[in-house]
Amino acid sequence: MLLTGRTHKFGDDINTDEIIPARYLNTSDPAELARHVMEDADPEFVQKMQPGDFIVAGKNFGCGSSREHAPIAIKAAGLSGVIAESFARIFYRNAFNMGLPILECPEAARELKGGQTVTVNLDTGEITVKETGRRYHSRPIPPFMQELLADGGLIPHLKKRLEARAT
Amino acid sequence: MAKPQTITQKILAAHCGREYVEPGELILAKVDIALGNDITAPIAIKEFRESGAKRVFDPERVVLVADHFAPNKDIPSAIQCQILREFAREQGLRHFYDGGEMGVEHALLPEKGIVVPGDLIIGADSHTCTYGALGAFATGVGSTDLAAAMITGEAWFKVPESIRLEYQGVCPEWVTGKDLILHTIGDLGVDGARYMAMEFVGPAISALNMAERFSMANMAVEAGAKNGIMAVDEVTLAYVRERALRPYRVYESDAGAPYALTRTYEVSRLEPLVAYPPSPENVHPVSEAQEQGIRIDQAVIGSCTNGRLEDLRLAARVLKGRTVARGVRLIVIPATPLIYRQALEEGLLAIFLEAGAVISPPTCGPCLGGHMGILAPGEVAIATTNRNFTGRMGHPTSQVYLANPAVTAASAVTGRITSPAAL
Repeated sequence: MLLTGRTHKFGDDINTDEIIPARYLNTSDPAELARHVMEDADPEFVQKMQPGDFIVAGKNFGCGSSREHAPIAIKAAGLSGVIAESFARIFYRNAFNMGLPILECPEAARELKGGQTVTVNLDTGEITVKETGRRYHSRPIPPFMQELLADGGLIPHLKKRLEARAT
Repeated sequence: MAKPQTITQKILAAHCGREYVEPGELILAKVDIALGNDITAPIAIKEFRESGAKRVFDPERVVLVADHFAPNKDIPSAIQCQILREFAREQGLRHFYDGGEMGVEHALLPEKGIVVPGDLIIGADSHTCTYGALGAFATGVGSTDLAAAMITGEAWFKVPESIRLEYQGVCPEWVTGKDLILHTIGDLGVDGARYMAMEFVGPAISALNMAERFSMANMAVEAGAKNGIMAVDEVTLAYVRERALRPYRVYESDAGAPYALTRTYEVSRLEPLVAYPPSPENVHPVSEAQEQGIRIDQAVIGSCTNGRLEDLRLAARVLKGRTVARGVRLIVIPATPLIYRQALEEGLLAIFLEAGAVISPPTCGPCLGGHMGILAPGEVAIATTNRNFTGRMGHPTSQVYLANPAVTAASAVTGRITSPAAL
């Protein structure tokens, strides 16, 4: 699957309080959460972004709380995914469980600038920059996680398992 | 001979019916307890229903605590708590805590003996790692993982590598478990233990009371860790024996167990520490903060990190016979109803009231900027909580400094970040 969008650059250790501040966690409505995505990292982000865009960040993206509202807000805002140097572990897990594409690629995360257009091949993990033609290869997704993504997240994966057990 | 393993490996192996698991390997393991709160469980309950599941795997082992925005702060949060309440009733959950039974989850579950040594616990809350202080494997997950565990009683894990953190020496006066973990996070950085198990060992750990051990394991996630863990000793057993609702099992790391990293800290030379905003790794000695004359508007003593009886005793020791500085709001939040009651009976609440503190009912409240003490633009707080990220306790331009209960209490008295030794 190919995804194309513009990049928005953020720094290291972007935490889940910045991705979706707790003051909005009195609801889990994806549309409401999407209106505040990345608000405490960049208050104007929602105005700047277009559906299909990518977040590009440094190390340890998504650190802090376990709130699944963070990947939900990113996904519901229509963003294609996140390219980062590394991800905090609960966020990494949540993103796969929710079916939000995330790519660990230190080189791309460091070199990409904001406002570039990238095409990401989810099957191969290849990231291509339109402006420069530069190609990056992100870390391969472990087979188990690929299985989750292919099934559409953990709950559909589980449903499939439960149904298989019943027959 | 069997390959040596860490305590973390052994607990994970036992929960997937094996003798040995290798760091890095993916396993499907049985969970002893699956926990959710009023922020994370509503999503899990929705997914539970969407999956077509009818019953939770075990109504004794799914635990729900309405602690974050409770007592309900507004209508949307009231609805979140209502979702929990109805699900708990429908599923006949034994452990649902609400109203006057509710406490901050990570103080409440150990106190009630719901989590015990040797357990494998997942919670849809990042500070679930707190229970590692009991010699259990406990880790934070998202709502979807919680939903899956509520249905199947299982969760998938990558077996983590371990970091061995050894603490030598004797803590000087006013240096607590909170300072040891802040020192460690300052050393490793907020992603220094990413995906790994932090194993706390050494004589300075053995000398800590349970409250201090919980506050250390609690903040393992602040270094990016999957879990924090400590061996079971007499202090642990004394705590567990009178509480455990289930049989427990004691595991320990083998000699020669594999560690990705080893660190030794000498605690005798430490002083109380303060983590400056906006990251728990920005750790400075309290003497330095005091010299800088950092003015505060609010001081918060509470949370799953430092809201236990021992923490309140420490704060009361500082506050006894003193009053909060004019213009400073001190908020004290006993973490559970039992702690509240014990603090009342010991006269701690009277000391707080005489000092001019506000005493809050148990709640996560201001720690995550939920309610009960939100900061205005530009305001500064010192808190015994676990995170000082941008906007964590309120407005994005407000700031939070993290410290132990004694430093927080002393700062409330002077209105500036202050060492209790300086009062």
